[in-house]
Amino acid sequence: MKPASFEYVRPASLADALEALHQHGDDAKVLAGGQSLVPMMNFRLARPAVLVDLNALPELAYIRAAGDGLTLGAMTRQRQIEKSPVVRERSPLLAEATPLIGHLPIRTRGTIGGSLVHADPAAEYPVVMVALEAEFTVARKEGTRRVAAADFFQTYLSTAIAADEILTDVHVPGLPPGAGSAFLEISRRHGDFALVAAAAAVEVDPSGRIVSSRIALGGVGPTPVRARPAETMLAGQQPTPALLRAAAATVMDQTDPPDDIHASAEYRREMSAVFTRRALTAALAKLDIRV
Amino acid sequence: MATATVSVTINGVAYRGEVEPRLLLADFIREICQLTGTHVGCEHGVCGACTILMNGEPVRSCLTFAVQANGAELATVEGLAASDGTLHPLQEAFREHHGLQCGFCTPGVLMTAIYLLRENPTPTEREIREGIAGSLCRCTGYEGIIRAIAAAAPVLAAARPS
Repeated sequence: MKPASFEYVRPASLADALEALHQHGDDAKVLAGGQSLVPMMNFRLARPAVLVDLNALPELAYIRAAGDGLTLGAMTRQRQIEKSPVVRERSPLLAEATPLIGHLPIRTRGTIGGSLVHADPAAEYPVVMVALEAEFTVARKEGTRRVAAADFFQTYLSTAIAADEILTDVHVPGLPPGAGSAFLEISRRHGDFALVAAAAAVEVDPSGRIVSSRIALGGVGPTPVRARPAETMLAGQQPTPALLRAAAATVMDQTDPPDDIHASAEYRREMSAVFTRRALTAALAKLDIRV
Repeated sequence: MATATVSVTINGVAYRGEVEPRLLLADFIREICQLTGTHVGCEHGVCGACTILMNGEPVRSCLTFAVQANGAELATVEGLAASDGTLHPLQEAFREHHGLQCGFCTPGVLMTAIYLLRENPTPTEREIREGIAGSLCRCTGYEGIIRAIAAAAPVLAAARPS
């Protein structure tokens, strides 16, 4: 239960970090908060030859208001996000999901960028980012590019990021005024990865009719799932229990959940509908609409 | 394998070691600094026994490399009691309310609770439960731990300069 040997690099600038990755390529691994990578190294499931530690780059740890939303540095700790009034005000969905990540002494180290690049399909942040249509700035030695969350998560623990690239900034758009959001999950024990997680944001007009919605699910397949058929069914409708139930039921066809010791695939599929409905109901309740 | 120098303060005392980058902070504290109050349980961040304070915040010392702590201020369970052996009010409350039995998880629980009560001097029972949820205890069933932290809260709040 001790990691294999590695060479340790602690760059003092992003440029130095990118240079180190450029030089070492696939032999190198980026160390952010280390709350997933270090356990894997302790088990020797990961044995990087070179570890490039981003913890000396304060320029990657920030939370800023941007447009109607937020921009966060990839090295921002989950605990900082949890405590941030700006996050609560500008992205209630991100604020609501954060305390569900691991435990307090995990969130003091764990970072938003690390969680996104690790890309566990049951983790909270990937689901939030897909629901909010976030974009990520990814840097390499030659320059930067922007990747939409929908294109970022490719399969289990795999993203669009290349071995010589670093996720630097997370751009989280705001929701329109008159939108409510909610994040719910079910897990066997407090702090575990979710069996199923559901994020919902619903925009309603003054008459209470649903203008649009965004629904994303975690834990039900190799990447977060955007529930577009359910969104289409809800658009332009007055929310009723029957409508929410019918829309939520459509997500079951989009899921391909794992079957393991924690829960059967059938149970997870069933819960994907239940938690979609509950997340929609909770999102509407934030607007004082009781369904 | 190249080694690196690590300098930290633990409970206000300076320590220094020449270590391989792969040495976990928990092992640095126990083996190099000879402070064995910090316990090592699961070594993958689940049990919470190795939780210490790094620059004032609770962290898993099994999920941090010693080289990453270079220059940091650490606090471990050894720093709680006074030098004459008088227990810290939190430790006193754990004894009073049966907050421990075998004591394996206790150092991690205590350090987490120190942070918790510093951030929130008047926690509700729910907040205490949430706060220590990252520590596994197989003896107490948690009830004694929760009572102990609740009992220590007003004592620590009263001792704090306002």
